[in-house]
Amino acid sequence: MVQLTLPKNSRMNVGKTWPKPEGATNLRKVQVYRWNPDDGKNPQLDTYFVDMDSCGPMILDALIKIKNETDPTLTFRRSCREGICGSCAMNIDGINTLACIYGMDEVKGDVKIYPLPHMPVIKDLIPDLTHFYAQHASVMPWLETKTNRPAKEWKQSIDDRKKLDGLYECVMCACCSTSCPSYWWNGDRYLGPAALLHAYRWIIDSRDEATGERLDELEDPFKLYRCHTIMNCAKTCPKGLNPAAAISHIKGMMVERVV
Amino acid sequence: MAFLTDRKRAVGMGSAKTGTEHHWQMMVSSVALLLLIPMFVFTFGSILGSSYEEVIAYYQRPFPAVVAALTMLVGFYHFRGGVQTLIEDYVHGFARKVAIIGMICLSYGAAAFAIFAIVRIAL
Repeated sequence: MVQLTLPKNSRMNVGKTWPKPEGATNLRKVQVYRWNPDDGKNPQLDTYFVDMDSCGPMILDALIKIKNETDPTLTFRRSCREGICGSCAMNIDGINTLACIYGMDEVKGDVKIYPLPHMPVIKDLIPDLTHFYAQHASVMPWLETKTNRPAKEWKQSIDDRKKLDGLYECVMCACCSTSCPSYWWNGDRYLGPAALLHAYRWIIDSRDEATGERLDELEDPFKLYRCHTIMNCAKTCPKGLNPAAAISHIKGMMVERVV
Repeated sequence: MAFLTDRKRAVGMGSAKTGTEHHWQMMVSSVALLLLIPMFVFTFGSILGSSYEEVIAYYQRPFPAVVAALTMLVGFYHFRGGVQTLIEDYVHGFARKVAIIGMICLSYGAAAFAIFAIVRIAL
């Protein structure tokens, strides 16, 4: 059932306000969601002050600075710091995006940072993406062939290769799926925009020989048809991709098989 | 639940191998309503405010009566499909099945009463 209020143990409390760095004149207020599974307390919103004169331009720079200089217990994922690994996906100023490619100057007023919405939290800004990854694996995101393997490579025309543009770039950051209301309410069964974008990437691949099986597996009122073209996925994707269009193309292929 | 693998949980009971028909029917009824609703508005609007006898006479003509009947039929059919999707979105478990049954009865009941009323006026 749809939840209109947060469960009791998820309700936010006012958190700790950490001291301002001494001597800093160009301060930015950053509020960060904190939750520790070990202390038994509800989540809280801690307030930090970042000296922007000695901080990099991105949200991730501010978080790393806070962790290094103010609060080493602050927990978040990060790796490549250039929008390729998808690790630092979080909700910044109400938008699901990658902290490493979202500038501090893009946020007006105080910077508020939460974990990706509607996912179980492991700690602080780290959501549990286990189910999300399992759904991705379930669409068989690899080349399926039945013909004997060619001596060299599976050939693909330039035009067919172009069909994969706008699909293969997905870094599985989960920004899209966690911005989707259908995924919030039915994420256990609905595959979500990211997994469906990957599914379409292989459905449309001219070298793949499992198109029918892939469509068969997706033809389900919940796995696929929970997408109502809300378009939050396309709006929030930090890589500028359009999962809603991919899903729409899958639906189009489904209809083509029937009518 | 605790001992299910992640993959088992994600795959669930597998694909229902259905849903496309519902999707296609909603598309077809949407296109039909795209034509029917303006026709209904114009026919209904043109007689709005007229006397009882004039309205009865107007709806005894085939075109306004057929447009009204089709609008009600297709409209409630589309309503049924749309509200079913809505219920599937927001209501889970046993309540989902009860709500869907109730909504289907309501939709087809309303359509039947609408058709009965139009037929009674037209004939």
